[in-house]
Amino acid sequence: MSFRDGPFNSLKVPLTWAVAAAVVLALAGAAALFMSDRGDTLASASYSPVRKVADQVQKPVSSALAAPVRWVDGGVSGVRGYFFAVSENRRLKRQLKQMNDLKAELAAEKNLNGRYVAMLGLKIDPPIDMVSGRTITDSRGPYANSRLVDVGAEAGVKVGNPALSENGLIGRVVGISPTVSRILMLTDVASRTPVMIERTNARAILTGDGGPNPKLAYLRSREAPHEGDVVVSSGDGGLMPRGLPVGVVAKGLDGGWRVRLASDRGAIDIVRILKFQDFAQLANTARLAEVAKPADMGGQLPATPVPAAPRPVTVTAPAAAPVVAPATRTSVPAASTPPAKTAPAPAPSAAIAKAATPPASGPATPPAKAPVQPVTPAVKAAPPAATIAPATTAPAPPAKASPAPRPPVTRTYQKVETPNAPPVTTGAAAP
Amino acid sequence: MSAFQSGPTLEPLRFFIAPFAGCVLAAILLETPLRLWGLRLPEPVFAFVPAFAWAVVRPSVAGPLMLLILGLFLDITSNGHMGLWPLALILAYGFVIVTRPIMSGQAPVMILGWYVASCLLGFSVAYLLTMLSALSTPNLIAVFWQFLVTVALYPLANMLIQRFDDADVRFR
Repeated sequence: MSFRDGPFNSLKVPLTWAVAAAVVLALAGAAALFMSDRGDTLASASYSPVRKVADQVQKPVSSALAAPVRWVDGGVSGVRGYFFAVSENRRLKRQLKQMNDLKAELAAEKNLNGRYVAMLGLKIDPPIDMVSGRTITDSRGPYANSRLVDVGAEAGVKVGNPALSENGLIGRVVGISPTVSRILMLTDVASRTPVMIERTNARAILTGDGGPNPKLAYLRSREAPHEGDVVVSSGDGGLMPRGLPVGVVAKGLDGGWRVRLASDRGAIDIVRILKFQDFAQLANTARLAEVAKPADMGGQLPATPVPAAPRPVTVTAPAAAPVVAPATRTSVPAASTPPAKTAPAPAPSAAIAKAATPPASGPATPPAKAPVQPVTPAVKAAPPAATIAPATTAPAPPAKASPAPRPPVTRTYQKVETPNAPPVTTGAAAP
Repeated sequence: MSAFQSGPTLEPLRFFIAPFAGCVLAAILLETPLRLWGLRLPEPVFAFVPAFAWAVVRPSVAGPLMLLILGLFLDITSNGHMGLWPLALILAYGFVIVTRPIMSGQAPVMILGWYVASCLLGFSVAYLLTMLSALSTPNLIAVFWQFLVTVALYPLANMLIQRFDDADVRFR
């Protein structure tokens, strides 16, 4: 009797089933974890306590392991500096001469700029505190790019703070524990950063993909970017201050525009974290939170309700779903169409109402009977333009606040075919 | 005397814990922020080595559970999406278990191909899951490089297999 025909043969079948069950169970557990992770990089609550504890534990371990590596690196740098001292000296002298020339120009420009600011009464950004830290770990790869820095909540770091190396922006803080911060790099596949091209003021979203050169997505500009154009943070959305150096435009292998990061010019050992939160630090939040009173709005409201002027159809998409409205959803001004065919205006968001609603006037637009509807920050998606009703009899439907209101973005996509009509305006979601 | 030199037995300490600890240590070491001549260190996924070797040597209930823990460790230390690496590793392990009856005992080149296929499956799963979670496609060149350096770890997997392949002949 061979060994395989022996009593152990019967062991294989139950074990196979047991292993299959273990694989299925482990897969189910992993899938549940995957779906439970919200992946929100802006909310501090989404950074789980497990990650915080792991970061805290990782700090001493990685610091100890990284110490010899740093010594070796320092030694190699020292040797290299010794052998290349002459060429470096020449390069630095050349650079110093250029800097001296720029210094005089800078002083003159600074003086002039200060005068303009004083004359115009501009409110410029206040100085932003910063804290410096040393990089402990560097997670790389196409699926995650992040770093641990040895400063945390005790140093005043908060989730969302931008982080810079000596050369430029590297990312922002996504997780904090008392003495450690996790920085999501610009190259991470989950990273989205609003940027602008300095030369043309063109806005774009810097989208990481795990490679060394993130993509310039949603690039909107009349003028095409050029290779070498300087890219800086735009400050849009209030996530980070405007003007932080990001890199230069480069053409990718796929033909798309990418950014060669300024921070790639050198090793990212020391990181500066700006204690910048959002626009709230620039404004009086207590005052903004107050309900606007009539006196604050420059006068008193009339005792009788103001007749609502027929408003054009404004298509508003929900903030959560970025939808480009089709051409049929047009914005038609009341003055250019008969009143009977003017669709009722679904209460637009405040931003859209200001941007899209022209002052209605003219003999073709009789005053409506309905009072002005209050404008809410977010509304549900409007019905398509096919549902047309007379504006004179049907008041604007009351706005319903969406469960998670977000400020919509007004964009102009194309002109309306109707003569003398303003461009189509849709409320699309923020990217 | 190291754990691998005492004898080819399938004790959990030698067969599971030692490779597990090796993967953890390697992951931490390679996260060191070091640049040599302007280039950063490669970051292979060491966990594919035990995921392949454990399944080839002997099917075990502990294998998927260890891979679950190892994958979670990778997710936490790299700030990846939670559950990403566990899913990729366990699916690669399951693939090796399923194809084990037709691949065991094949020539070394075929075993290398088997390892490459399991890594390819794992990386594909990670790629798709990242697309789902981040709503963006990871850079294919970066994925390829990480895949390549992970495949280059095959000698480690082969060493583990050769060490423990004869430990339990019932499953050959």
